[in-house]
Order: sequence, then C-alpha cells, then structure tokens
Amino acid sequence: MTILFVCYKQQPAVSQESENMTSKEDGQDPRLPKIASSIRVIPDFPKPGIMFQDITTLLLDTEAFKDTIDIFVERYKGKGISVVAGVEARGFIFGPPIALAIGAKFVPMRKPKKLPGKVFSEEYSLEYGTDKIEMHVGAVEPGERAIIIDDLIATGGTLSAAIRLLERVGVKIVECACVIELPELKGRDKLGETPLFILVTSDAA
Amino acid sequence: MFAAENGLKGDPRLEAISAAIRVVPNFPKKGIMFQDITTLLLDHKAFKHTIDIFVDRYKDMQISVVAGVEARGFMFGPSIALAIGAKFVPLRKPGKLPGKVISESYELEYGHDRLEMHVDAVEPLERVIIIDDLVATGGTLSAAISLMESQGAEVVECACVIGLPEVKGQHKLKGKPLYVLVEPSGLDEFC
Repeated sequence: MTILFVCYKQQPAVSQESENMTSKEDGQDPRLPKIASSIRVIPDFPKPGIMFQDITTLLLDTEAFKDTIDIFVERYKGKGISVVAGVEARGFIFGPPIALAIGAKFVPMRKPKKLPGKVFSEEYSLEYGTDKIEMHVGAVEPGERAIIIDDLIATGGTLSAAIRLLERVGVKIVECACVIELPELKGRDKLGETPLFILVTSDAA
Repeated sequence: MFAAENGLKGDPRLEAISAAIRVVPNFPKKGIMFQDITTLLLDHKAFKHTIDIFVDRYKDMQISVVAGVEARGFMFGPSIALAIGAKFVPLRKPGKLPGKVISESYELEYGHDRLEMHVDAVEPLERVIIIDDLVATGGTLSAAISLMESQGAEVVECACVIGLPEVKGQHKLKGKPLYVLVEPSGLDEFC
C-alpha cells in the first residue's frame, strides 16, 4: 500500500508568510489533501514493482486541477518569469495554464524529432541507455527567467537535462516545479543549484 | 466550419493567431508545409486569444469534458477545461495510459495507429468537446469521436486551431460539428 503524505516543500520565506495566513495549519495549504487524494496509484506500471502515479484522475477532478494550477500561479506570478518550459507530455498539461496566467511564454521540451524547426538537444541517462530532450532554437533568449514544469520527478534525469538545455542558451532557471516527487529516487540531487517545488510526495514502489 | 464564417468575421484576434503560426517546409517529409504552433505558444497575447475564443464559444454549452489529443491537444485543452469548469481527458498513443483503456484505430498515410482513453474517464450522456491543434483528414478526430460514443458520451463539437484545405466547406466530421479558427499559412505551393 503506498502511503501518500502531503507536504509543502517551501523555501524558508514562506513560513514567515504563513503567520499571516490563519487558515493554514502547520504552514500547509488546505488545498493539498484533495490534490493528493485525487491522484490514482496504479501498481506494476509500466513494469512490475513500479507504483505509477496517475495524474489523469486529478485532471478529472475540476476543483483539484484548478487548485493545482492556482498554487503554482500564486507562487510564480509577479516574479519576472517570462518562460514556462514543460516536459513532454504531461508537462504540456500543467505548463500552458500556468504560462497563460502569469503572462509567460510556454516552451515545449520534446522527445527527439517531434519539433519541426531547428533544435537544441540534450542527452540524459535512462536505466538502460540514453534518451534526448529537444527545444526549438529561438524559443528562449539569454537572460530570460524560466520555470520548468513536469507532473512528477523520479530520478531527475529528464529535469536535469531540461535545466542543462536552458542554461546552455543563457536562461536562468528560477525553479523546477512538479506535482509529485518520489523522494526515495533522490531526483532532487540531480538538480544542482536549482530549487525544486512540489505539492505531493509519494513512495516509488 | 471556420470561425470567420461563424460570428468572428474580421475579428483581429484571428489574424494575430494566424500570424503567430510558423510554417516549416518539408517536415516531417518533403512536400509537407508543417503548421508549427510552438510559435503561437511563445506569443502570450495570441495564445490567450486562442484560448479565449474557444472558452467564449463553449462556456455556456454545458460541456463537462474537454478531451485533448496527444500531444499538441494537451497544450490547448486543459486551459479551456479549467476556464469552463470541465474535466480534461487526455487521448493518448498506445501504452501511455496506466489504467484500463479502450482503444480505437485510425488510418495513417501508410498503415494505422491507435488512440486510447481510460475507461472511467467519461460517463454516459456527458457532453464533450475534442481538441487538437490541427485537422487534416480528420482520421484522429474520428477515432476520438468513436471512443467517446463507445462510452455513451455525446460529442458536441470538435475544435481545432488550424484546418487544412481538405476540411474547408465541411461543417461536420463523422456527423459531428467541426469548429476551426484559421486556415494554414504558406500553402501557395499546393495551389
């Protein structure tokens, strides 16, 4: 049985803010339990031993989905972020609504050969072999401030590749943001100096 | 039917949307003028206009499901769903969805592919719109309509940002209304 526990991985500044927010208990956003419980766990997908975190059920819960986006928007609005980069394919579901709400561009980061124009690409390790992530040349400019969105961080391979890709073209990644973290897989360690913000943590297996 | 024929004639937003779409010749193969919506997503105003037009159209139509076709339908569908208070249902390539799925095959130029949906995603009698970035032959959208109807849901309309010449003059796809914002740019070579 997977235990879903909910925490708000906040940077220190927020615990000061929460003193003014009497509706929060222990600094926890009251919207988080519903978000956490709306995520379905599917055992043994894609292979035996993996407990797959299925966000499609969150997308069916209109309140939980809205709350998820609102939490990210509240965090990133007014921070001079001009780029929301989303990792294919589930990052495409969360990224654009956030980008629209904060006035930023949405930049899809895709598997090889999907983007039609000239691309930059970055390789990353898989359990067996490697894969690549790509971004259009000209999508971002040096000096822009970006957040990178995906539904989940596991080993951190994809997100660290996305960070390298954006940093290569002179973009500052303010934060990586995911709905779910699987902390046992220590993905956070791969992100270097880049902070990670997540809503929900879960066991990997 | 195109938005310009249906109440939005002369709407400057449509021009902005069209201008923001980049044409990439010979992708994925020679002769294809690929309609690249990633440049639309970089243009915050034009992207917002795109979503606003769909939201204005669907917000009072009691739509409870917005289904988006992988992967570019995912870039438009969720924002529309959130704004109109509907569920978002991803329609995916085989093997991606983790739970029990139903699937429908559709024709490609060479061979065929499949589209899948979770079995518990939509309920009978729900009113659905299906979103994709572009409609060409309508094969993918037709498969999506079949998936919805197999669950007893009602497809109210299919909606796309871009409609290729094949669909001009067609108001319906598999008996369902089709709503398209703009025609493709840069097709002069084909005429």
